[in-house]
Amino acid sequence: MLSDQSAQGGNAPLPDADALRSQVAEFLAAHDPGSTERLEFLRARFDAGLAWVHYPAGLGGQGLPRSLQVVVDREFAASGAPTNHPERNGIGLGMAAPTILAHGTPEQKERWLRPLWTGEEIWCQLFSEPGAGSDLAGLATRAVRDGDTWTANGQKVWTSSAHMAKRALLVARTDPDAPKHEGLTYFALDMKQPGVEVRPLRQITGEAEFNEVFLTDAQIPDADRIGSIGQGWTVSMSTLMNERVSIGGNAMPREGGMIASAARTWREHPELRTPGLHDRLLRLWADAEVARLAGARLRQQLAAGQPGPEGSAAKLVFARLNQEISEFEVELAGGDGLLYDDWTLRRPEGANFFGRNPGFRFLRAKGNSIEGGTSEILRNIIAERVLGLPKEARVDTGPWKDLPR
Amino acid sequence: MSEATVNDTAPGQAASGSASDGAGAAAHGPGASGRNRPARTANLLYSETETELRAAVRELLTDKAPWRDVLARTETGQTYDDGLWHTLAAEVGCAGLLIPESLGGAGASYREAAVVAEELGRAVAPVPFLGSAVIATTALCAAGDTEFLPELASGALTASLAIPFAAGTRFRSEATVRLDAPQRGDERGDYRLSGTITGLADALPAGLLIVPVDSVPYGLYAVRVSESGVGKRPLVSLDMTRQLCEVRLEGALARRVAAGQAAEQAVAAALLAGAGVLASEQLGLAEQCLDTTVAYVKERRQFARPVGGFQAIKHRLADLWVAVTQARAAARYAADWLAAGFGPETTMAVALAKAACSDTALKAAQEMIQLHGGIGFTWEHPAHLYLKRAKADSIGLGTADAHRASLDVLANLPAPE
Repeated sequence: MLSDQSAQGGNAPLPDADALRSQVAEFLAAHDPGSTERLEFLRARFDAGLAWVHYPAGLGGQGLPRSLQVVVDREFAASGAPTNHPERNGIGLGMAAPTILAHGTPEQKERWLRPLWTGEEIWCQLFSEPGAGSDLAGLATRAVRDGDTWTANGQKVWTSSAHMAKRALLVARTDPDAPKHEGLTYFALDMKQPGVEVRPLRQITGEAEFNEVFLTDAQIPDADRIGSIGQGWTVSMSTLMNERVSIGGNAMPREGGMIASAARTWREHPELRTPGLHDRLLRLWADAEVARLAGARLRQQLAAGQPGPEGSAAKLVFARLNQEISEFEVELAGGDGLLYDDWTLRRPEGANFFGRNPGFRFLRAKGNSIEGGTSEILRNIIAERVLGLPKEARVDTGPWKDLPR
Repeated sequence: MSEATVNDTAPGQAASGSASDGAGAAAHGPGASGRNRPARTANLLYSETETELRAAVRELLTDKAPWRDVLARTETGQTYDDGLWHTLAAEVGCAGLLIPESLGGAGASYREAAVVAEELGRAVAPVPFLGSAVIATTALCAAGDTEFLPELASGALTASLAIPFAAGTRFRSEATVRLDAPQRGDERGDYRLSGTITGLADALPAGLLIVPVDSVPYGLYAVRVSESGVGKRPLVSLDMTRQLCEVRLEGALARRVAAGQAAEQAVAAALLAGAGVLASEQLGLAEQCLDTTVAYVKERRQFARPVGGFQAIKHRLADLWVAVTQARAAARYAADWLAAGFGPETTMAVALAKAACSDTALKAAQEMIQLHGGIGFTWEHPAHLYLKRAKADSIGLGTADAHRASLDVLANLPAPE
């Protein structure tokens, strides 16, 4: 894997943080954040290469190291400039964009990345199906080609943002006669068409952060296919790797994340303290801080051009800690732990693992060890790809259409 | 997205380096200027120099400390390997890592010392690196010694701080040692010590004992073992690769190396540095247990397949690998903060590292035995050496529990009234 720096190629000296700061200052001088219309401002920022500096020139970036992005973000935040509301388009920014960048055609990158970054087009991800969870490659949604158009039929599930999304990353089966990993193709699907029906999927928290998506003769132009026919699995893997990085891989301050509210409650409510809870809190606090350091170390490795396999550990630890800390928090709350804020069906705009009340956090955390790869699948991945242990004996070989279902 | 700072202080926690500057700054040597600066970002990676040092130590240990030799030595009267220690101390230069160049040392830091400790942990090597080159050396550096450090740096002299291994990092002194009246012929500056201290690690091969005495003023004294009135008795220890002993002083001739607050700070710095570097030893041990076990389950066949192909085994090893990645971040954080000096964030870093690495090393050794099955339970397999070292290390210089308990103040998480 190339480091950000070597990926840049040319011999031109890298602009340092100061040079970037003056670029932002020049941009702000030309586009007053106070008086420029929001979308116009964001589009201009993209065109100036100040959207995501590690993206290539012409696609919102300048081919710089990813670590310099924070400099730009900080300058724009300090100026009070409008943001692209990244929290509303987590899948788009975190998963769709890197997938398009890696596997899209020049025309697709040109067409999709700008409205994605500005937030004009929200993206969602149509991967999981009722019959294909951990075994994603067994999925059954079919796409059949007729001339320059594909027709898709099937049911997808666990789709966050589908109710807001303009486009979806879709993996569908295009060759049922091929072995299951080889018969898949990857598309960008227009969600705003008659063949797409989105229904809320209510979860144990009471809210519906996710959706079920039913495809009934949904139409996809072949120009919206990402990667070659039959390459859908390879493209999906790059999307999922980005998903795992985006869950549990972010930089945090000390006492960021789930431990924050637990520690705050502990400090503010001496009457709730017991020796047993104290011991648990000290363990959880120490584990959370060490996990944070491990994340920091991982980012230092990446910045030094030494990517390691440690990323796959981050999500496992994140899920375990979120669950244990939120369990602790409900218990610490005592009588209040028996109450819940609201069971009515809400439609939140994004995932908020650390929001609402302890009961919500406790319930929402149960999803952390399932979404984005179950903890069991992650352990398999670590065992097989990092430790080199033998794979499970497979019984799902041969043409997909002949597999027992 | 915010910058990857890894040194933020917790809400409600003392953020300034001036508050309770624990062990104080060493008078000279590594981190002499070391006040913790809150804005500092720790480097959690290994430098090129550290990687080269690791390779040199590993090569030596592979050659001179194969586990069969280590195991055989535990049943001899000479449980420490003096020859290996001499090579490591004098030829590789590990004895003087933390000693300034002006006193004949390498002027390196705890980051390098921690890497050496990782390798020694991997080999459960029976050498007094931790006791002499880290703990006693830190005490002497902090005390401003110039008399003994050159001898330590050259590897000619091995020293040990006479504090029980099981003592935590908040330990002050052993009350069982007292100052005696001077004897006839004693010169100005000579002192006499009597008393017994037990459970000392790395003291068996030591030629110099650094003894804290809770007198008025509190003092730190150096006693040459060659003087009359100094006796050592080896103890049958859980971990015979780091055999404990009891020291008996009967009017032993001593020199005072520090008094009062300077002596207290020297002891505190030595124990903190010892715990921090021991965490790296535990990390190396854990990694070796993991590597050995992964290799074994790929080879070992039952039910006509390698046992490493069963999920019950794969998942345990995946969890262990995750624990090792976490422990490594904590150990590096502690080593890097130790290299920067002895402020509150260093105390926090060592507490986190010793807690995480104690648990991980013990878990790794236990998994090594279980996943080796019957062979792992035999004397003829090295697993028990690792288990015994891991258990002893988890108690030495503060248990995981004791280090976590220190977070009540460090992280402002007070105990119930």
